[in-house]
Amino acid sequence: MDKMPRWADVVLIPLISLSLAFVAAGLVVAAIGENPFHALAVMIKGAFGSTSGWGYTLYYATNYIFTGLAVAVAFHAKLFNIGGEGQAWVAGLGVALPMLFLPSWLVPHWTIALVWCTLGAMLFGAGWAAIPAYLQAKRGSHIVITTIMFNLIAGAVMGYLLNGWLKNPDTQSAETVKFPAAAHLPSAHEMLAPFGINFSRSAPLNFAFILALAAAVLVWFLIWRTRMGYQMRAFGHSESAARYAGIPAVKITLVTMLISGALAGMLAINVVMGEQERLIRDFVEGAGFVGIAVSLMGRSHPIGIVLAAILFGALTQGGFELLFEFNNRISREMVLVIQALIILFTGALDNLVRYPLEAMFLRLRAPAKAVSK
Amino acid sequence: MDFLHVFSQLIATFDSTIRLATVLLIACLAGLYSERSGIFDIGLEGKMLISAFVSAAAAYETGSAWVGLLFGCGASIIFSLIHGLASITFRGNQLISGVAINFLASGLTVVIGNAWYGKGGQTPTLEGAARFGEITLPFANALRDVPLIGPIYSDLISGHKPLVYIGFLLVPLTWWLLFRTRFGLRLRAVGENPESVDTAGISVVRMRYTAVLICGLLCGIAGSYLSTSQGANFGREMTAGRGYIALAALIFAKWRPWYAMYACLLFGLLEAISNLYPNIDLGLFVIPVQFTQALPYILTVVILAGFVGKAIPPRAGGEPYVKER
Repeated sequence: MDKMPRWADVVLIPLISLSLAFVAAGLVVAAIGENPFHALAVMIKGAFGSTSGWGYTLYYATNYIFTGLAVAVAFHAKLFNIGGEGQAWVAGLGVALPMLFLPSWLVPHWTIALVWCTLGAMLFGAGWAAIPAYLQAKRGSHIVITTIMFNLIAGAVMGYLLNGWLKNPDTQSAETVKFPAAAHLPSAHEMLAPFGINFSRSAPLNFAFILALAAAVLVWFLIWRTRMGYQMRAFGHSESAARYAGIPAVKITLVTMLISGALAGMLAINVVMGEQERLIRDFVEGAGFVGIAVSLMGRSHPIGIVLAAILFGALTQGGFELLFEFNNRISREMVLVIQALIILFTGALDNLVRYPLEAMFLRLRAPAKAVSK
Repeated sequence: MDFLHVFSQLIATFDSTIRLATVLLIACLAGLYSERSGIFDIGLEGKMLISAFVSAAAAYETGSAWVGLLFGCGASIIFSLIHGLASITFRGNQLISGVAINFLASGLTVVIGNAWYGKGGQTPTLEGAARFGEITLPFANALRDVPLIGPIYSDLISGHKPLVYIGFLLVPLTWWLLFRTRFGLRLRAVGENPESVDTAGISVVRMRYTAVLICGLLCGIAGSYLSTSQGANFGREMTAGRGYIALAALIFAKWRPWYAMYACLLFGLLEAISNLYPNIDLGLFVIPVQFTQALPYILTVVILAGFVGKAIPPRAGGEPYVKER
């Protein structure tokens, strides 16, 4: 029998961990001489207080849904894909190349452009995950280390391309020229205007958010409704049992990582195609790592991931507001601190909350059992 | 290009290599203690970063580089204790704990640095005794003019910061501790087969905490070196991936101290080359600076893949130890 009810595992533990993380973050704010409650209020208002706030929050959430799903898919097969960062980075190239080099008659409308870019992003993202996956499956090299190395190699490759071959000669910064106007993804403002909703014009929220939600549904279907998903979960539960059941380990490892990489790559649709409309350096901004936290908090389930991604999106957006409201006294890196504490408490220190709770539920249950005898 | 010119360029390159390799070496040895005891540590980067910041701040406030070092090590040890708490006591995922520590250090250094000094996370420039000075070895000045040996001794071997010598002395010390003492045998054993150590009546938890503490101390020294020896203040993200290169070097060295030194010297050389000669023109084609910078990572992947000698990590690495009940 389980040590505690399922709702406690899915709802109670994350909430307690989250509170602990916020208390710790509040202590940091207090330590630098600011009022943590005021800071929290500023962040909440910044994230949800206006359509612009919502627009940014959900824009960041889109990134985190993609990277969170990427981590979760790998988690189900007990693979730890820490390389979402690099995969998304290289996927930016997969978006930029068709946009820069396809003749204009092949990009007549944003829907067609989206097909090319999605193909490019998923292909490049999956491609960057393929080598670590192959090395893990065939040569037994630890996927965590290889994906870390591939993050760093991706940085070098993108730096090289954006300072050379792909560089826009008219600017100083390392970036490509702007994508064709026909490839412009509809923004939330444009999509909601026909319904009479006046959504903020400046917010970067765009069509990619809908893709992210669709991806969440697809991942749910893949993991719990297909043979492949079943094999992945079986492999994750017990590799040896899966082998005896005739599930091919090499194939599962490879396919799982390819799906994971492709999902991480979809981030580039949101940022490179949807927001920047050109390829810039450092556009991933740690979203690959935040995906780990999102997946942890969401218990690797798409619904949990979407909710956790919105939370993290709100944190990122709220963090920007801190900077303005506190007149530079709290820097926006406070967001990193909060994210770190959430990763720490929900991920690494999970048992800090779990052990006492399990003990408590067992004690609560003990008298009930005695009666039933 | 005459011989003397090439020679002096070589000396300059190797001199820079030693400076750059030191921080990698100390961090790499830090990781070695931790991973040999079965605790994966991808948080080397974060621990170095927090130490670099705290060292610079403490050195600035007290005017002493040594006090800075002390505080830096303290901060790094606190971080390593968090890692120990998560991965030993609460049997959490060691990789996730490492990611959290890296994030925490990136965030805290800038938030606190900005609150204290208001310069976007930078600390004020260190002067005088707040920075480590160079050590001139005996006879270095007298021998300077002797051909060949003079420059090698006076420029290459002499004239470094104290932490450079400490770093390189740590290599034989670590080797001796690991392979010639009872402590070392036990440390290696908890990383390979904790059950056997437990059966012998030795506390796995205590051994692992000791290793994690040593790791914290060494990361502290490495971070302090960055901001008070190599540099003259702390800048945001100052470690710039060195923790990961150290991790790469550790794998490259197959978790052995002497090889760790060779690996760090090699990676230090690559960094020195990319600093001194950004784009190397080979006539037929140009080696871009990014390639030289990424080479440590590429080499590590090749080594990990087992195409050139197999790197096998400590067997119990990453697994929390659960005593049988």
